[in-house]
Amino acid sequence: MAKIYSKKALASKDLKPKKEVVSFLLNYSQALTVVKVNEKSFEIIAN
Amino acid sequence: MADLHIPDALLVKNYVDGNEAALATLIKRHESKIYGFIYSKIADRDISNDIFQDTFIKVIKTLKSNSYNEEGKFLPWVMRISHNLIVDHFRKTKKMPMYRETEEFSIFSVMSDDALTIESKMIVDQVELDLKKLIEELPDDQKEVVVMRMYQDMSFKEISELTGVSINTALGRMRYALMNLRKIIDKHQIILTN
Repeated sequence: MAKIYSKKALASKDLKPKKEVVSFLLNYSQALTVVKVNEKSFEIIAN
Repeated sequence: MADLHIPDALLVKNYVDGNEAALATLIKRHESKIYGFIYSKIADRDISNDIFQDTFIKVIKTLKSNSYNEEGKFLPWVMRISHNLIVDHFRKTKKMPMYRETEEFSIFSVMSDDALTIESKMIVDQVELDLKKLIEELPDDQKEVVVMRMYQDMSFKEISELTGVSINTALGRMRYALMNLRKIIDKHQIILTN
């Protein structure tokens, strides 16, 4: 049997973040509203 | 794939104007570059996902609060944010390093359970029981000093006061007690180990 001496490649070519992360970000973006009042900004997150 | 022809700057402008789909396009366009960059530095998928998420939370907040000005390009700006978060991550882990089990590295090589196993606990109990029996064999004056010193944790000064002898006598009794214990152990070939 041939031995495999190489370790697992650290970075495979097509790396992508988890789908959950991307969908969280899109939902977060939809829920977030930033309101600026007198140079103060308020973050409002809609449920 | 018409999206690919829209420049980043326009997508950013559309997103700031309220077009949520523009963000999805931006993420889709750059996700593998940004995630790959983070992963190349971190080498852990879960942490890379966390940093990717934090990066875009910053991006979203900055864009939504209209604080972003299109000075440079979108991607280098996002890369800079993720770079800063990576540096933050390394600063944090330097203070409190995290180890994760991999194929080559077992977490148990650096971690051990100090609690006694059932077997060694039984041995310890047995040794203590044997020792108590041996102490019972000692002459009364010596036994008294050993019990007070070892089991009641009294000082020789206290022992001498309580038993009405000088400190030197108490020390001498302790010395003879230990010698006698060794003698008994040798004589009966008792092994007290754990």
